[in-house]
This record gives sequence, structure tokens and C-alpha cells, in this order.
Amino acid sequence: MTAQAPATAGKAVCARVEQVSKLFGSFAALRQISVDLTPGRCYVLLGENGAGKSTLLRILAGLLRPTHGSVKVFGDFEPQQMRERIAYMSHAPMLYDELTGQENLRYFASLYPGRHCLSPEEALKQVGLDPDLNRPLGQYSQGMRQRASLARVLMPVPELLLLDEPFSNMDIESARQMVSMLAGFRRADRTIVLTTHQRELAAPIADWVLTLHAGRVASFEPGSPMQ
Amino acid sequence: MITSALWTHLIKDLRIEWRSKEAINSMLFFALLVVVLFSLAFDPRGAFAREIAGGVLSVATMFASVSALNQAWAREIRHQVLDAQRMTPAPGAELYLAKVLANFLFVTIVQVLLAPVFLVMYNLSVQGQAWELAVVLPLGTWALVANGTFFAALSIRSRNRELLLPLILFPIFVPALLAMVQATTAILTGESDPTLWIKLLVGYDIIFTTVSLLLFDVILHAE
Repeated sequence: MTAQAPATAGKAVCARVEQVSKLFGSFAALRQISVDLTPGRCYVLLGENGAGKSTLLRILAGLLRPTHGSVKVFGDFEPQQMRERIAYMSHAPMLYDELTGQENLRYFASLYPGRHCLSPEEALKQVGLDPDLNRPLGQYSQGMRQRASLARVLMPVPELLLLDEPFSNMDIESARQMVSMLAGFRRADRTIVLTTHQRELAAPIADWVLTLHAGRVASFEPGSPMQ
Repeated sequence: MITSALWTHLIKDLRIEWRSKEAINSMLFFALLVVVLFSLAFDPRGAFAREIAGGVLSVATMFASVSALNQAWAREIRHQVLDAQRMTPAPGAELYLAKVLANFLFVTIVQVLLAPVFLVMYNLSVQGQAWELAVVLPLGTWALVANGTFFAALSIRSRNRELLLPLILFPIFVPALLAMVQATTAILTGESDPTLWIKLLVGYDIIFTTVSLLLFDVILHAE
């Protein structure tokens, strides 16, 4: 079965996923997925564990290559060619436990030569963390690590933001703050793709809701975001 | 092209090691153990001590550094930091080279700390040109860490990486190990000229460092 994306004729496409399948040995994590992502929209991926949400995000990030099909971003480029314009946040913090939040962000900022990045202090403030907090990340709470991780992906001001379970380990209030921050990000004509099991949390920014089941698109429905 | 990202990676590795001291502590204790055990097993004295000292030092360094080499990449895999690095536009070769430099520094520190213990336990006196040791040991150490860092990255996604690394690294390191042992023995005994072995080490280092630099991006982005 091939699930078709909603029509995007006449609109610029931020990312185009065409007939993508991903096999791990004999296990098919994704089966013939086709989706077009338009700029300035937020796409929420739903599905049970093992449905293929994280695999799809990792393929969009260029961390995995599809077994079949193709992924093009920002025109006709492979995701690997456009690394500086894509940011990916996994459920792991992707930061060093031994360094402070600011040291971690300084380190990653200097790996984007020539790109205008937010300063580490600015990025940490945006996510509600104190930039002067002089504690190694290993001593942060889970929610604080999640915020620091979000600061890392926001810092290079990406045009395509991929978030894998961004609300996990967060209390409701912090999650709502994150949603309002992401709403601002989306208004700047940047694209967000996020996976979650908490649909109601992402509802205020969800332009489209894509549900995966056993590696296939089960449904692709418009959301009702707050303007 | 080498850019400032090399220094960024290197400073980060040094800072993390300064705070955790994981690599240096584990290497130091392991190397000390090997040196002490060999001295008890062989009861080295006089000329015999000078003949086996090069081998003991090289083997102690080799075994000890395996733990540090594994840890160097395990730290990047923990919390998926390596994926975050893969997402940046910085070249992978710089990450590799920074890791080699950091590991080289850690192993050298261990060798420096080990040297007085080694000299006392083996009651050594250098018969040849002592300064040549300052050439041989860094060259041999570089051969070990340049290969070890590359193969540790290659085996990092394997479940048996602790076992896999020595299985891949030790056979490939044999020519450099042989050169290091022969050159050290030649310097300690003063009975032969170590120049040929030093040249072999230089050639080995150039070849393996270049190949590793060229291939590292493939390793880094492998699934």
C-alpha cells in the first residue's frame, strides 16, 4: 500500500519523501511512505511503539538511508548535503553529561562554521534555562536535560526541525511552554516534524497529523492549530 | 581541510577527561599492574632487564590503551552525542584527528608517570643514546592510538566492541610493535643502531594516519 501525501501543488516543498521503505534485516520499519512537507507547517507523527516514527525522522535527518525510495530536502538535495539546515532532537539528550549546558552548546555552536547561530546564552534562555547554571548536565533533572537538548537544536536556527518525543519526561506546564516556543518557530516559516504519544499537547501547533501503523501511513489529516 | 573544529573537539575531550579522569586512571593502573607482574615473573636484572624492557613497556602500553580507546568512543555513543555530531557540517576527519591527539596525550601522560617506576623495578641504565627514546616512544604511541582510534570507531556499534577492538587492532599493530620493541631494545642495550626501526615507525605512522583520515567519514556515517 502506498499512502499519498496531501496535494502540495503550487507550493514550495521543504522535504519530499517518495516511496520510502526501510528494512532492518528482514524487518520492514517503513513501507512505501510518500509525504511532502511544506515550509512553515508543523507535522505531528503519531503511532504505537515500533510504527516507524523515529525511523522516518532519522531518515529525514540523514542519519539513516532509505532501503528503497528517495528523500529530497530544500529542492533536490540529499539530507546529508543539507546538515546545517536540519536539526534533530532524539529522546536521548545528545549532550555530554560531564559538561555544563553552556559548555555543551558552545561546543556544538563552533561546529557550525559560517552559519549564523543563536548564542548559547540566548538559546538556553529561550528554553527557560539559566545560562549561568554551573552544573554538569549529568546533574540536571530529566526535564532540564530535555530543555538543554532543545536549546541545542534551536541554536543553529534550522529550517527543518525534527523532534522525537520532545515532551517525554516533561511536566505539563513545561511541555506547554515548549509548544508555545515551537509555535513561534513555525511562524518564522520553518518546518517542524515531531513525534509524540501525547497528541493533545501538540494539538495547538499541529497543521497536519500523520498516523503511522506498522510502517505505513494509516491516516494523514489536517490538524486545527491555534493561530 | 583542517579548521578550528579540530581544536573544539580536542578541548572538549581534554575538558571531559580532566573532569572524569576515566581514561588516564584506568590506563595507569592497568599499565602499572603489567609492569609489576612482568618484573615478578622474570626477575629482571642487568643486561637481561635491558633486553626485555622494550617489550614489556610496549605491551603494557598496548594493553592499557585499549581501555582508553574504547572509552573514547563509548562517551560519544552514550546519549547519542555522535548523532548530534554527524548532523553538524564539521568534517569527520577533524573529530578523528582530535580523538587521536587526545588519546596520544593521555597515553603519553601514562608513560611519563610509569617511567620512574619502570626504571626502578627493572633497574635500568641506558647504554645507547637516551634521547632517541624521546623519538621512538612517541612514534610507537602514535601508531597505536592512530590505528586504535580508527578501529575503536569501527567497532563501536558492535555488541562485543571490547573484544573486537584488540582482535582487529593487535594484528595490524604488529609491524609497529616490532619496530618499537627493537628500537627501544637497541637504545637500552646500545648494541645496535635503531635508525632503521625508527624509519619503519615513521613510514607506518604516515601511511596509517593518512588512510584513517581518508576513510573516517565512511566509518562515521555508516549505519
